[in-house]
Amino acid sequence: MTDIPQTGPLPDGQTGPRPGSLLVTDDRTKRRNRAEARFKAYGIAALAIGMAFLAALLWAILSNGLTAFTQTYVQLDVPLLEEKLDKDGDRDPAKLAKVSTFGYAPLIEQALVEQVEATGVETELAPKALSKVLSGSAAAQLRDRVLANPELIGQTVSVELLASSRVDGYLKGRVSRASLARDKNLDAEHLDLIDAWREAGIVEKRFNWSFITGADASDSRPEQAGIGVAMLGSLFMMLVVLVLSLPIGVAASIYLEEFAPKNRFTDLIEVNISNLAAVPSIVFGILGLAVFIQFMHLPQSAPLVGGLVLTLMTLPTIIISTRASLKAVPPSIRDAALGVGASKMQAVMHHVLPLAMPGILTGTILGLAQALGETAPLLLIGMVGYIATNYPEGVAEGFLSPNSAMPAQIYEWAKRADPAFYERAWGGIIVLLVFLLAMNLIAVLLRRRFERRW
Amino acid sequence: MNDMRTMDNTVLNETKITARDVHVHYGTTHAIKGVDVDIADRTVTAFIGPSGCGKSTFLRCLNRMNDTIPGAVVTGKIKIDEADIYDSRVDPVQLRAKVGMVFQKPNPFPKSIYDNVAYGPKIHGLAKNKAELDEIVEKALRRGAIWDEVKDRLHAPGTGLSGGQQQRLCIARAVATEPEVLLMDEPCSALDPIATAQVEELIDELRQNFSVVIVTHSMQQAARVSQRTAFFHLGNLVEYGETGKIFTNPEDSRTESYISGRIG
Repeated sequence: MTDIPQTGPLPDGQTGPRPGSLLVTDDRTKRRNRAEARFKAYGIAALAIGMAFLAALLWAILSNGLTAFTQTYVQLDVPLLEEKLDKDGDRDPAKLAKVSTFGYAPLIEQALVEQVEATGVETELAPKALSKVLSGSAAAQLRDRVLANPELIGQTVSVELLASSRVDGYLKGRVSRASLARDKNLDAEHLDLIDAWREAGIVEKRFNWSFITGADASDSRPEQAGIGVAMLGSLFMMLVVLVLSLPIGVAASIYLEEFAPKNRFTDLIEVNISNLAAVPSIVFGILGLAVFIQFMHLPQSAPLVGGLVLTLMTLPTIIISTRASLKAVPPSIRDAALGVGASKMQAVMHHVLPLAMPGILTGTILGLAQALGETAPLLLIGMVGYIATNYPEGVAEGFLSPNSAMPAQIYEWAKRADPAFYERAWGGIIVLLVFLLAMNLIAVLLRRRFERRW
Repeated sequence: MNDMRTMDNTVLNETKITARDVHVHYGTTHAIKGVDVDIADRTVTAFIGPSGCGKSTFLRCLNRMNDTIPGAVVTGKIKIDEADIYDSRVDPVQLRAKVGMVFQKPNPFPKSIYDNVAYGPKIHGLAKNKAELDEIVEKALRRGAIWDEVKDRLHAPGTGLSGGQQQRLCIARAVATEPEVLLMDEPCSALDPIATAQVEELIDELRQNFSVVIVTHSMQQAARVSQRTAFFHLGNLVEYGETGKIFTNPEDSRTESYISGRIG
């Protein structure tokens, strides 16, 4: 109590505030105020640390992943010689299809040689070595184009072919002359050529639509890999999850919350649902493997099975959030409805459910977002590691034919050796995050929309 | 309101609700211990008594709202127009259309004023078309003495009204299904004196068409609006009779103690 002025005249003869006066803060209050200030500081520090981590995460994702959205292309004038591609000259699709990519590769080599001469670059590279600046899929790219449009045969067409991942890496700063010393694929001479062609506008980096729409590619062709097919796989899974988990989850919660008698059995169910929400997702994966694939013989790696497994995983989340929002509806509303002679069902459907809707939708979409990002259960049903190189044909195929999913695809890319795939993994994460952001945005908008009805 | 006037016209009305030996248990709690009462038609009957005496519980027996409370068991006989409402053939939903209820706290649905009133008639199929429904809504709002205040904004939210208006809206909602009995559970406890006066006036008007049973904590209110009063204490119906007599010359000493403020 030393800092409280004592009674009696002060040294200069004036009287100060007496002890117990409101003008003097006592020790106890000072201590409480200090504790409050400390607590606020902790809170702000925690928030700042969180924000710093978020910023670091975003910076890492964007700096590593944005390059996946650009890709290097080489502009070439390829002579589509009739004697090589269509010896009979009758443009019969069956015969055209028999010409494999090996039939196209020499044409591309020739075009490369001509391009080197046309741009006046001095190089000692053989035609065979020259084609290493192009992707291994360049010949297939050209062949697809010809098969789609046989009229082109006999003409010299200007095509944009994918550059190889090393060339792409050189333009993006991933590959340097120093790192090429340990690389058998490309020499410094290739890079001189690329530099010259870049100035001539033949080699160019542009927006990579095929990363968003394309399919996965084999280990040796990272430049061709895209996330489109996996995106479709995720979409089909989410459809299954939404269609199954929303009605089942909401119906189960309404029954448990509004109709079920409160006894030991329902208590047991309640405890189990809460526990299920905390079960590791890989457990759901092995359950799906045992029940859906081994017992029910549903196809492996199919989005249908993935969706079923994720439905099991999402149901507890939806049930818990739905029950919470049903509980939050004031009982007076139920009384009011019952009081005018509504049946219990009518009271729930007409009054309670609409009021609980914003909460239910938010819970559902957050559950879906969680399911969208889930990888572990997909491991066990064969969706991780499946190379999704083809688009499914039609909607039924989309559910039943093997496919991957976005997080599984990202994991797949991240574990491959070529650093070009690493960039694609980060790019895939950006796509996944955009999806999640969009879903959360929808959740917010729906909540606003429903809450506006008082 | 003077007691002389209320005493004039009560005795003539016939009995609407008969309760005999009604017991209510909530789990192990014995909330109502053998209540016998006859409630007259076209009369306001007030239930008074200290908190926890069972008056609200008994009121909720009359439209089987206790059914919605887990663990509540009702025994005994309650008849409305000679039909036992706890008979297994009686559907509580049909009963509640016949016995309307107004609650302690105004609880309009978070919908428009029109929809609040139209909801009951809609689910009971009382209107064949929109015009009929409009008519029912207007009539109910007029009976609820709120028509003039809301006729220009029927599609505004009911929750946006003032407390007193909300309670009158709830009364309008309750009368819209054409009930025969109207139960009111402390309808004015959340209202200010002016809104209370309006609702009390309304209750007096409702007596023309309905049998009104009102639970109230305010003895002045019971004296003002009711013709008959029942005094509950610890789950027992202590005394029941003409309001004027209960308040001026009670027979039971407990009633006298409560009215004079010694218990409660």
